[in-house]
Amino acid sequence: MNFTASKQPENCLLGPESDSQRTLYPYVTGTSVVALKYKDGILMAADMGGSYGSTLRYKSVERMKPIGKHSLLGASGEISDFQEILKYLDELILYDNMWDDGNSLGPKEVHNYLTRVMYNRRNKFNPLWNSLVLGGVKKGEKYLGTVSMIGVNFEDNHVATGFGNHLARPILRQEWHENLSFEDGVKLLEKCMRVLLYRDRSAINKLQIAKITEEGMTISPPYSLKTYWEFAAFENPTQGAVGSW
Amino acid sequence: MTKQQANWSPYDNNGGSCVAIAGADYCVIAADTRMSTGYNILTRDYSKICKLADKCVMASSGFQADVRALQKQLAARHLIYQHQHNKQMSCPAMAQLLSNTLYYKRFFPYYSFNVLGGLDNEGKGCVFTYDAVGSYEKVGYSSQGSGSTLIMPFLDNQLKSPSPLLLPAQDAVTPLVEAEAIDLVKTVFASASERDIYTVRRQTRTCYHKCSWYPPGIHGT
Repeated sequence: MNFTASKQPENCLLGPESDSQRTLYPYVTGTSVVALKYKDGILMAADMGGSYGSTLRYKSVERMKPIGKHSLLGASGEISDFQEILKYLDELILYDNMWDDGNSLGPKEVHNYLTRVMYNRRNKFNPLWNSLVLGGVKKGEKYLGTVSMIGVNFEDNHVATGFGNHLARPILRQEWHENLSFEDGVKLLEKCMRVLLYRDRSAINKLQIAKITEEGMTISPPYSLKTYWEFAAFENPTQGAVGSW
Repeated sequence: MTKQQANWSPYDNNGGSCVAIAGADYCVIAADTRMSTGYNILTRDYSKICKLADKCVMASSGFQADVRALQKQLAARHLIYQHQHNKQMSCPAMAQLLSNTLYYKRFFPYYSFNVLGGLDNEGKGCVFTYDAVGSYEKVGYSSQGSGSTLIMPFLDNQLKSPSPLLLPAQDAVTPLVEAEAIDLVKTVFASASERDIYTVRRQTRTCYHKCSWYPPGIHGT
């Protein structure tokens, strides 16, 4: 009996060559995205950094993009995977427009689509290494949801990815309330982003805030937050315990 | 070259507890509303309950993405059933479908710990309890999820179900009335939330009653 070894096809995910075909680690990454619902819609903030490990390689990465007429997508994690997701969504919106039936995909539908995409990639052990935030308004109804790289998704009044979950969510839980005005919403987001700037080493001081309402989406030009480094407690940090680190 | 090990896990435990209690002509199903990951809370307001058919509701805790996929899969199969049979699936039928669906992914399981509750064809309460790969059993009451180790002994104590090994088989459904069972469920979550960090007191709860004309909505505490 002679069994010749069967040749695996090139794009196979089994066998020793499989690992080069799957995502193992992220390379160029974006850090937190923070978003909240306010009176007229959704406000979302993200800085513009693209880190290559510990190097700050890219400083003008737009990590928030409009999707169709009603939605806004923010992403943290691998930037190239975000760009691929934008390509998928481009095709989705194109087909939606080509129906030309007066209907358009709302944020709920886009969020559902993204969840399915992320989950199916996780099932194939080849994830898109992103945490996504999807917000929007359609027919007066505000929607804000998030999906992780393994497909965990939920919607809430305020969401954040990565470090934002640890540093921004507690602030939002304390200070968010229904029907925030635009100014209050921006102030709250800036408060969160400032804490992230102080404490997240991959954050940079160049951010954008995006707003989406029934009328449409606007994204601010890049700007910096004012920071304060003269806090008394940090003037002489070892005053109370000389010799400690 | 040594094979690379994955530095990510396809699974996560988003926590939470589910409970169901069957009575002579009712069934109460409840689940808490917290969704967590590790030591973080993702959201405080998430329903783990899903209505699969008119008289059948599933509460699931575990990995939320798998739970959601499972709910969609069952909803799709139920729709096909309705088209083919011109009627809703009964609770025992859905129970079998859930078991088969879970076993289908025996070698890459849905990390979903389920409790199915509803009324059977005679209007009697029924509860089915599952593990992640589809083993199931019809019982009088059950709990699954992170708080189940705390909840189940308490339910055993309060509901005193007769052994399933007895011959002739004795009814496992509780003689308690609906209001008492609902009260018990509220107490159960109050207790579990004291000691299980993934379970909170606040729950979504639905109750089937034989006499109700309309399928009940799901309401919070």
